[in-house]
Amino acid sequence: MSAVASDPCVDYEAVIGLEVHAELKTKTKMFCGCRNEFGAKPNTNVCPVCLGLPGALPVTNRKAIELAVRFGAAVDAKIGRAVFHRKNYFYPDMPKDFQITQYDEPINAGGKVEILDAGALHTIHLTRAHLEEDTGKSQHQGVSGRIHDATSTLIDYNRAGVPLLEIVSEPDIRTPDQAKQYVNELRAVLGFLDISDVKMEEGSMRVDANVSVRPVGAEAFGVKVEVKNMNSVRSLVRALTYEIERQTVVYREGGRIVQETRHWEEEDGRTHSMRSKEEAADYRYFPEPDLVPITLDQAWIEAISAEVPGVFPSRRAVQLAEQYGFDLDRVASVVYTPGLCDWVEAEIAIGADPLRSLNWASQEVMAHLNETGGEVAGLALSKGVFADLSSLIDDGTLSKKLAREVLTEVLVSGKSPRTVVSEKGLAQISDESELERIVAEVIGANPETIEKIRAGNKKVVGFLVGQVMKATKGAANPEAVHRLIDSRL
Amino acid sequence: MSISREDVLHVAKLARLALSEEEISLFTVQLGDILNHAAAACALDTEGVPPTAHPVPIAHLLREDEPRPSLARGLVLEEAPAVEADRFRVPRILDET
Repeated sequence: MSAVASDPCVDYEAVIGLEVHAELKTKTKMFCGCRNEFGAKPNTNVCPVCLGLPGALPVTNRKAIELAVRFGAAVDAKIGRAVFHRKNYFYPDMPKDFQITQYDEPINAGGKVEILDAGALHTIHLTRAHLEEDTGKSQHQGVSGRIHDATSTLIDYNRAGVPLLEIVSEPDIRTPDQAKQYVNELRAVLGFLDISDVKMEEGSMRVDANVSVRPVGAEAFGVKVEVKNMNSVRSLVRALTYEIERQTVVYREGGRIVQETRHWEEEDGRTHSMRSKEEAADYRYFPEPDLVPITLDQAWIEAISAEVPGVFPSRRAVQLAEQYGFDLDRVASVVYTPGLCDWVEAEIAIGADPLRSLNWASQEVMAHLNETGGEVAGLALSKGVFADLSSLIDDGTLSKKLAREVLTEVLVSGKSPRTVVSEKGLAQISDESELERIVAEVIGANPETIEKIRAGNKKVVGFLVGQVMKATKGAANPEAVHRLIDSRL
Repeated sequence: MSISREDVLHVAKLARLALSEEEISLFTVQLGDILNHAAAACALDTEGVPPTAHPVPIAHLLREDEPRPSLARGLVLEEAPAVEADRFRVPRILDET
């Protein structure tokens, strides 16, 4: 291939396109009334339609159409008439021996997603976002539990027929980090708009990657490889990094890349060639004769579009960074968590200090959510937590350090900051007479240290300050303590 | 319009059908006839006529997102050639590597 020379001095760049599959948050499957639920007992949510029994007829779920349109509206896609096709293939995960999907007339065509890349917004274009049905879940039997050395496969058809939105990007992605940002952005949008649960670990959001490399500056694409089986964003980054390196080395050594599908294995950190019994893809698509085309009422599209808040996390992060002078990376850590950014902005609106609020959200609140596995919506907090903490710092009641401790307690207990301060006696001691009493006690209890200080060893003053802080459980103002000790000696 | 023996073999392989020599010859002729019949439509002037995705002129047939009872598992698995751990058991999927 002329685009790829085997010169070891040539730098290569990756060209990546991602296919993100998101299971839609519906109560029932795409074409039948079986429940769409994760973790049900195997083969209990199945019926003649999703098992492909003869004579069964599919009927499209209105909610699935609505959720697909909601996504299309959010990413500015062309939303239009959609035709379902049969994609024919023999694979035991689809009992019908075909999958109903959309082919040349997807419900959403085009569109774009903006991601944060090197401190700026970067646009990733979408090819399409179409509706299809999910396949059954395979469990490979064998020594390793992996597909390669499986002796047999067990299948649960509960997932067969669950509505999926397949979001296909243009090959606009160049680095594993951009891929990560893109997936984070999509995950946030799909989650915020209540389109999908977007839990990669449960498989409600899955990512496949098309990867090729080419010499920097070349226009033609290299031969692309499809990489599957990444179960987390971390796996995606690892798999892409590995695959880009693998292809680069092959070209550098004068070899050629074969167009194929490769399976990522988390355990050995490599991609493996999948040799399928299937011939080269020949899916013989044809319009699904059991379903009529979907033509959408323009007023319905507009009504759904009107409910879609037009702000992506990436764009919101940039806006907030500009508005308040925030560090973009710090803002980025809060905008992808559902509800967190809304909370920060609501608190700022009622008087909370913007920068402190951002820091609390990105540190204490994020730490709490990570620890408990909870969500912002699940925190039973009264309005004004950050605003109260801000004024408690401003009036000298709390040091910044104490404020953070109070917040952690507020998050755990659900009590208000003022309640925590009074219950725990956490208020910073600014009453000088109380502090003077403690300082006098500490000095009286440490005559040897006082001798050293009088003898000129000023370093040990720190020890006394430490003793006072200990006696006040950290509630003393260190500057005041220093001043009081100095005046006493 | 005719189709070749190779076309028939390819389609048979995709459909997982093992055909005898007589069947291959027979289906090559029969499939050719069917294609010729359909090809007659190509002779018509369809300029400005949108492709038909479905012969029935109805567009909106949507179902509300309300669950309906599924089949009893015992009944479902009764039809399976092999069952293990309440799942359908099938032969391995990939070729030897």
